[in-house]
Parts: sequence; structure tokens; C-alpha cells
Amino acid sequence: MLCDSCHERDAVVHLTTIENNAVHQLHLCERCAAERGVETTVATPKHPLGEFLHDVHQQVATSRGGAAEGLRCSFCNTTMADFRATGRWGCARCYTNFEVGIRELLRRVQGSHRHVGRPYSPPMSEELERASVLGELKERLRRAIESEQFELAADLRDRIRVME
Amino acid sequence: MTLDLSLLPDGGVGWLDASGRFSDIVLSTRIRLARNVEGYAFTGRARDGERLRVLAQVREAVGSIGALRESVMYRLDELPPTSRALLHERHLVSKELAGLDEQHPLRTGAAVFLADGLGVMVNEEDHLRLQALRSGFALQEAFAAIDKLDRDLGARVPYSFHGEFGFLTACPTNVGTGLRGSVLIHLPGLVLTKEIGKVLASLQQMGLTYRGLYGEGSEVVGNFFQISNQTTLGRSEEELLDQLLRVVGHVVEREAEARRVLLRDAGYIIEDKLWRAYGTLRYARSLTFDEAMNYLSGVRLAVGLKLISSLSVYTLNKLLIFSQAAHLAFAEGRALTESETNLARARYVRKALEGEAGSVG
Repeated sequence: MLCDSCHERDAVVHLTTIENNAVHQLHLCERCAAERGVETTVATPKHPLGEFLHDVHQQVATSRGGAAEGLRCSFCNTTMADFRATGRWGCARCYTNFEVGIRELLRRVQGSHRHVGRPYSPPMSEELERASVLGELKERLRRAIESEQFELAADLRDRIRVME
Repeated sequence: MTLDLSLLPDGGVGWLDASGRFSDIVLSTRIRLARNVEGYAFTGRARDGERLRVLAQVREAVGSIGALRESVMYRLDELPPTSRALLHERHLVSKELAGLDEQHPLRTGAAVFLADGLGVMVNEEDHLRLQALRSGFALQEAFAAIDKLDRDLGARVPYSFHGEFGFLTACPTNVGTGLRGSVLIHLPGLVLTKEIGKVLASLQQMGLTYRGLYGEGSEVVGNFFQISNQTTLGRSEEELLDQLLRVVGHVVEREAEARRVLLRDAGYIIEDKLWRAYGTLRYARSLTFDEAMNYLSGVRLAVGLKLISSLSVYTLNKLLIFSQAAHLAFAEGRALTESETNLARARYVRKALEGEAGSVG
């Protein structure tokens, strides 16, 4: 579409005005818009995800296409097609199930696929913690008996009994 | 259930008090961390029951975390739309969590825990969005608070974490640190001197991005920009924040310089323009939101340039929040049509400025 003002350059600014209850549309090129004082610099930046989804689409369409398309997350049933439609993964397991593709895409959209921020290990579940404490107590009991520390052994045996 | 904002220690708007560094240019600093709870599908894919279990698990953990022990919890899914809009207008919950976003209807289990300058949104796009909000330019303080909360919560609730990719999130643009730092900054000087285009373009080269007043997808109004890190992976939390700190510091300097140039080269034109903005706010009988934002931007600049001395930045910050539609309806105690809202807004702004008029002029 050509600029309504100079009729030379492509119109990139589309201005809607309301005058006397009538809507007017004006299509201007960047230079004519600037001459009329229409601010054009404050456009919304392109969302990185748009590019990202485009990449996914391309990747699926080419090489590993067929296989990746048919893949389904074993935990939440999300497929590549679901991801393309929403731009969201369905669960943490998706990151393992679609790992190869995700690595390549993270490289493109984030510039890296490797987390270098703070490490994390989840809290031990109570069950696991209890089992590990119990294991440790039993080991200490075995050693106490071996070294004939009977008072300590009796104490440890009591503590184990309480936990069990 | 209706909303009782008096339960919040500071009404949830302590960040408006203009006590922070560079508060005439930088309104507020926010850092958020995206986390998911291990064992459940992400919010968008989860069933109602799963989301409720996530909420129950978080609620239990919150009780034993010092910073949140006194927090207030709001179940968004039990609040009427007007109350949800009120929380959103105070920047305490996202549009998505409040169910005000057409693409994302209100979810069962959507909730928020709010304490002094801290918040945890539950069942947002990710199970957990932890956020710290501070007045002025205060990235380090905000990070110290949010990092502590994150460690405390992560020690009680197992997060989804991957050795190579880091903290896992629904959207791949948040994965890794899950950290988004954003600084809400007022740049009328750069807009008026037409330098803003260059500054915004350079942000993108530095790995930063900008948005409007209400975050992602919102338009820029009143010359308010939210500057934040674009990527969340491949750099540590400290590196991401250092970069933001350096670049925003530079933008603040550029803005201060632009303001000096304006006063020097176009003193009376600027003075006239800003007083006209003040005059309109002081006497108008009807104001749309965009109009109010733009005139408030002018008056804020006038206060920054010391052309108007009897108005405080705090009053201007409050006007930004309390002149929004849901707040006006709340104050009037009833639903308002659009034209009634514009009348109520003009009335509210007039009153606030009258209250501080004193020796203006």
C-alpha cells in the first residue's frame, strides 16, 4: 500500500482518527508520518517467541520432522503440534521427551542451552529422609555392637524402635 | 468473598512511596522468579484437582516461612471481577492470574500470597511466580529478598529442575534462572528530545527489552517503560542483574541529560507545555485513562525539573494507581460506565491536586 500523502513510499503507519463521528483512516510512510508529528518510534518490540515458534515449525517441517511430529510426552500427552499452537510446554517431563529439539531451539532463542545460574536440589521427601536416618542408625548400632559399646548400642536400639 | 485490602500491611502499594533511589525517574523495581512444582503438569495443562493440590502444598509451606508468615492470601477464583481488577491495577497480580486476559480464563486454584513488598502468585502460567517489588531503582535489595524467599520455599516444595536447562517453565523464554528483573522508568525527556528511538534500539542490542506499564503486551502510555532482561538462560542471576543495573543506570543518566538540554534550549516552551498539563488535570471535568497518564507524565516531569515544587512524587505515584477504572469504581462503591469513569477520574485528580496546591505557581 502506498502512502496517502506522498504516493511514493510504502505506507507503514496506519492512523485512525475520529472526526465529527466519522472514522478516517490514513496510511502514511515513515517520513510523512514523522512530518505530521505522528510518533513511530514507540512500537512494541517483536516477541522472541514468534521467531522461536517459526523455528520449531521449520525444524519439524525438515529433517527429523516425521518422528518429532508424532512424539507425545509420556507424562502430559503434549505433542509438538500442541507446543506450536500454544508456545507452552505441558510439564517438566516435556523437557526430557523433546530434549534434542529443545536444546537446539534454546540455543537460538536464548543464545544458550546451559543453565549457569544457581544450582538446586529438591528437598528430600520425609519418607526418604526417614529411611536415610534409619539406615545410618542401624549402621551405627552394628558398629557399636562390634566394638562392644553396649550402652550406646542399647540407646541406638531404642531410637530405632521409636522410628520404626 | 469480597476484597479487604486493609488486610495488607501497606495496601500492597508500599512501592509507591518514592523512597528509593532516583525515584523521580524510576518508579519501581520488580524481580520475579518462575518456578514449577515437581510432580504435576504445568498450570495450563493441569486439571483443577492438580492445581488445587499445588495450592495446598504451597499454602502449607508458606506457614513456616518467616517472610510470608504474616502474608495475606487471596483466592482469585473466589473473587468477583471488580476485586480481581483492583489487585491487577495495584500491580500485585498479573492479568493472566486475575482472569482478565481474554486468552486465559480464570483458573480454579488461582491465588496470591502477599506480604510487605513480596508476593507469590500460584497457578499463573507457571505454578509459582515469586516477586519482590521495591520503590525506586533497587535491584540488589529486591534480589536479596526474592532469593531468600526462593531458597526458603524451594527447601519445602520440590521445584522442577533440570541439570542442563535449569528451572523448568511452561514458556521456553523463561527457562534457566526463571528470573525477570524489570525497572519501571519514566522517560519524558528522551521522548521529547526524540532520543528515545536510539535508546530503545540499543537496549535490544544489550539483551534487554521494554514493555508498557502493565508488562508483556501492554502499550506504552505516559512515557512509562518497563525495561527488563530478555533472556533467562546461559548467564547467572548476578550477571543478568548486573547487566540490567548497568544499562538502566546509563538510561537514567541519558534521561537526566535530556532534561537538562530541554530546560536549557527550550525552557519556556517546556515550561508552558508542562503547566498546561497541570492546568488540564487541575480543572478538567472528564479525563480518559490515556489523557490522565499523558498529563500526569508532564506534571511528573515538571516536578522532576523543580518547576512545580509543592507536589510530591508520592502523590503523583498514587494518582497513577488510584485513577484507574477499578479503583474509581471501588471508591464510588458501584460499577461505572465509561463516561462515568472519566468524570470520576477527573474529580479524583482535581481533588488530589487541590489538596496539595498550596503555593503552586
